[in-house]
Amino acid sequence: MKSKPEVKSEPTLVRPSRRELLVRGGAALGVLAGSAALGRAVWDKGGFGVGSAEGARQVRDFRVASARKETQFAELAIARSPLAKTAGEPPLAPMQLVRNALEALGGMGRFVSRGDIVVVKPNIGWDRMPVHAANTNPDVVAAVVQIAYEAGAKRVVVADGSCNDPNRCFQRSGIWRKAYAVGGEIVLPAEHRFRTMRLKGDVLDEWPIFTTLVDADKVINVPVAKHHNLAKFTAAMKNWYGVLGGRRNRLHQNIDTSIADLATFMRPSLTVVDAIRVLVRNGPQGGNIDDTREMHTIVASVDQVAADAFACTLIGQHRDNLPYLKMGHERGIGTMYWENLRVKEV
Amino acid sequence: MAGPMEHVGTAPKAGPRDGVSLDVAAASATKLAHVHHDMHDFPEPIPWKTGQAGTVAPLDRDTSWIVSAPKKASAPVASAAAVATPTITAPAKPKPKKKKLPGSGIPARLSIRSLVWVRRASQVFFFALFMYFLFQTAFRGTFAAQADTPVRLPLPVEGFLLADPFVTAMTVLSTHTVYRGLLWSIGLLALTLVFGRVFCGWICPFGTLHHFFGWLLPSRRGRGAVRVEANKTHTYQRAKYYLLYAFLVAGLFGSAIGGLFDPICIAVRSIGLGVIPAAQYIGGRALGGASMVPSRGVQGVADHTQDFLASAVWQSHQFYFHQTWLIVFLLIAVLFANRFIPRFWCRVLCPLGAFLGVFARFALFGMEKDHAKCTDCNLCLVNCQGADSPQGGVKWRQDECHMCLNCETACPEDVIKFRFLPNRKGTVTKPDTERRTALAAAGAGALFLPASRIADALDVNYHSKVIRPPGAVEERGFLERCIRCAECMKVCPNNALHPAFLESGLEGVWTPILIARIGYCEHSCVLCGQVCPTGAIQKITEKEKLGIGVPPVKIGTAFYDHGRCLPWSMQTPCIVCEEFCPTSPKAIWVEEVEAPVRDSKPGPNGEQPAMKTVKLQRPHVDPALCIGCGACEKVCPVQDQPAVYITSVGESRSKTNVILLENTNYNQKS
Repeated sequence: MKSKPEVKSEPTLVRPSRRELLVRGGAALGVLAGSAALGRAVWDKGGFGVGSAEGARQVRDFRVASARKETQFAELAIARSPLAKTAGEPPLAPMQLVRNALEALGGMGRFVSRGDIVVVKPNIGWDRMPVHAANTNPDVVAAVVQIAYEAGAKRVVVADGSCNDPNRCFQRSGIWRKAYAVGGEIVLPAEHRFRTMRLKGDVLDEWPIFTTLVDADKVINVPVAKHHNLAKFTAAMKNWYGVLGGRRNRLHQNIDTSIADLATFMRPSLTVVDAIRVLVRNGPQGGNIDDTREMHTIVASVDQVAADAFACTLIGQHRDNLPYLKMGHERGIGTMYWENLRVKEV
Repeated sequence: MAGPMEHVGTAPKAGPRDGVSLDVAAASATKLAHVHHDMHDFPEPIPWKTGQAGTVAPLDRDTSWIVSAPKKASAPVASAAAVATPTITAPAKPKPKKKKLPGSGIPARLSIRSLVWVRRASQVFFFALFMYFLFQTAFRGTFAAQADTPVRLPLPVEGFLLADPFVTAMTVLSTHTVYRGLLWSIGLLALTLVFGRVFCGWICPFGTLHHFFGWLLPSRRGRGAVRVEANKTHTYQRAKYYLLYAFLVAGLFGSAIGGLFDPICIAVRSIGLGVIPAAQYIGGRALGGASMVPSRGVQGVADHTQDFLASAVWQSHQFYFHQTWLIVFLLIAVLFANRFIPRFWCRVLCPLGAFLGVFARFALFGMEKDHAKCTDCNLCLVNCQGADSPQGGVKWRQDECHMCLNCETACPEDVIKFRFLPNRKGTVTKPDTERRTALAAAGAGALFLPASRIADALDVNYHSKVIRPPGAVEERGFLERCIRCAECMKVCPNNALHPAFLESGLEGVWTPILIARIGYCEHSCVLCGQVCPTGAIQKITEKEKLGIGVPPVKIGTAFYDHGRCLPWSMQTPCIVCEEFCPTSPKAIWVEEVEAPVRDSKPGPNGEQPAMKTVKLQRPHVDPALCIGCGACEKVCPVQDQPAVYITSVGESRSKTNVILLENTNYNQKS
């Protein structure tokens, strides 16, 4: 080590000037005051569960008020292919059946106005092909999309929250291709499309909701009628499981109440139940063609409870065995006594 | 140019004596101090930290590295230049003048200068292609497909791995066969036999990443002479050959463990499992926040960006991968190493680079040097990627060269020339490895397998949760083939496949296992087998997987934990597992029972709570039908530890890991 040539000898203690004292003291005080103000502003006063219990119930009601008043039209329409009567002839195409059913209700024009953004909600829950009848028949979905466009809809969106991988469900159900062909916009349930809403039901409190399905002018529910091992039979009301995100597997321990809660939250403009091919066993997923029956039936209704109450008879169920119908009936969502409505069979 | 050491030694003293005019006296004093002292005990203030940089002679400004510079016969250019112009008396800006080339001023051949840009374009292109393939390593549905169109990826997304001759060599040694698309690697070998390690400098996406970070990361201390020194050939570069020999011998003994070090595997694994999900996480948070901004425009842009990203770049939901932090940490570590040794990975560790280096000796294209013309300016070394001794006076190392052509472009004296069939007077073609170390490395490779296999018995399975993807071959064969490239994990639509850590022993680090709690095996999906480049997961069809005409592919079996199952222990209806069970007929069947349940409220006057009876469906597994897909475990609402779970027992790939006698087929070929 060489000696350092220039080392300034400074006094060991230099008293700060008054000015410096004030500046430094002021700075310290300023930081303290700033932290205190910030802390006060974002102070969490605590309390268990504060925040989640607030807010009013949110409901999505897309019903068309006039639709039930015009008494010349049916409230529940059942379109069947005449195949049952004359064997050998090909059954009516799903498009024709949907048209027949909607005609009986007074036409799509009663539900869809010019320029509406219409959401069609089929069941695209499973990675199954149309022949398995676990998802809504793609021809029925395409028919509803096309008829909605004919009625003047600006955009028709087709979406569902699938159980299996959505890409696979949408493609292999055949709905993507058929709905795209008639101009439907397909929206997959991506994570960012979900928003928490307050359903305030008996079992469904707050839940992430697939916004695509609830942000629309009109919503048309296009479920498939099928057997369900736990709920026995499902179609219209259970189809709203598709609007839910999050861990919906939890709901099965009280499946009837949660179905009723969902049907309270979602009130569609129109319900078109697909019973072209019906899964009569091993629902809701099926997978075996032997478990399906060709019925070539479309049930259209303004009342989702009545649609379910009627459609369950197709697989030999009875409304009294389906508690969620009773709950829906008692809550005033619709009537489980479908024969009290204006029914038209075509 | 004269030897550098005189300059280094004398310049600081010579500076002031030669009448360097300094504007600030203090600086001058400090400068003297600087001259006389060891660089570590400068008295303050250090002149270049006083903010008076413009007033200080350039010699004072950056001497630290000159002092620490190598005591060799190569001149740090900057110091020499500094001696030539020892003062900057005025801080005035120099006039913008025409860029003058150093040395003779002769530019490199136009063909070479263009080729350098072609090389850069090629690097960008292949890196972009690699990333595009990685983004496309996911099934995206389309309107164009029929309902019965088999679900396959339209692109050969595993293409980079198929062209990887190191992977091929390793699996050929372990399995004695070339699996399907791996024959493409002959093409890369052919390219190497003509042009040398052109893959490393022009194609390799991982190499491009290191090239980029090697350019970006060196600090002030990593420039000039330090960089020249770092870019000289070092003996540590032999490590990659030893690794290569060890991995190839381990392959011969039956383990494809070398995949841990394959650059393409690392790139897919770390970017696919770590970087992309992390970017998705950050992007999702940022765009999710943006879509809360009360402005239609901002919301629209955020939503559309999310739509695009979810449908083109990543998937519709966030993916999570078990233990990825370590994979990403190692990526960051190896990228950060570029700060100290440029292209550390490529020069020191890359076994694929070593493999190509071994074959580069046959290359028809190479370098010729005119040592006599060399002025030791070291500009070639400043830009060298492979640390392959391009400078004059030493022999060029053909096996290390990445063929980036930077040296020829940089050389001001026209010393370096790349051409076909060059003379090899100034070339070392073979890897400069030591025989003993190479043998020791090979020995280590040979010992790896016995060492890892005596630690656990493979037939008894290390862990009941080592559930291999559908179509995976028997465990020994699997470890012979699996290169841990993570293609299967990236492609899995349900995020079911994850890199194992020590579940399957040290030997199985980062091999794929299925974690059903995070995702289940989609019933009709065979994509993991489609992208597997080595056949560890065989390319099976839907029919084979679902068992149409043949027994279905089982990956395990489900079991109930009756103590946790809602209908079994809590008298609560559930059977989500049964609903999701994809087989037909379902492997989960329910038993209808009437069970007593106690009311939760005590009776009046503190009586015992009333009892009532509920109807329940209690699930059971039929082990003959269960394929172990894990859908039941995934959807079980008992959230933390599921009431139904899968283990690997009953997997169809194993003859020993069975439960039912009827599934034991000792005659089957494995």
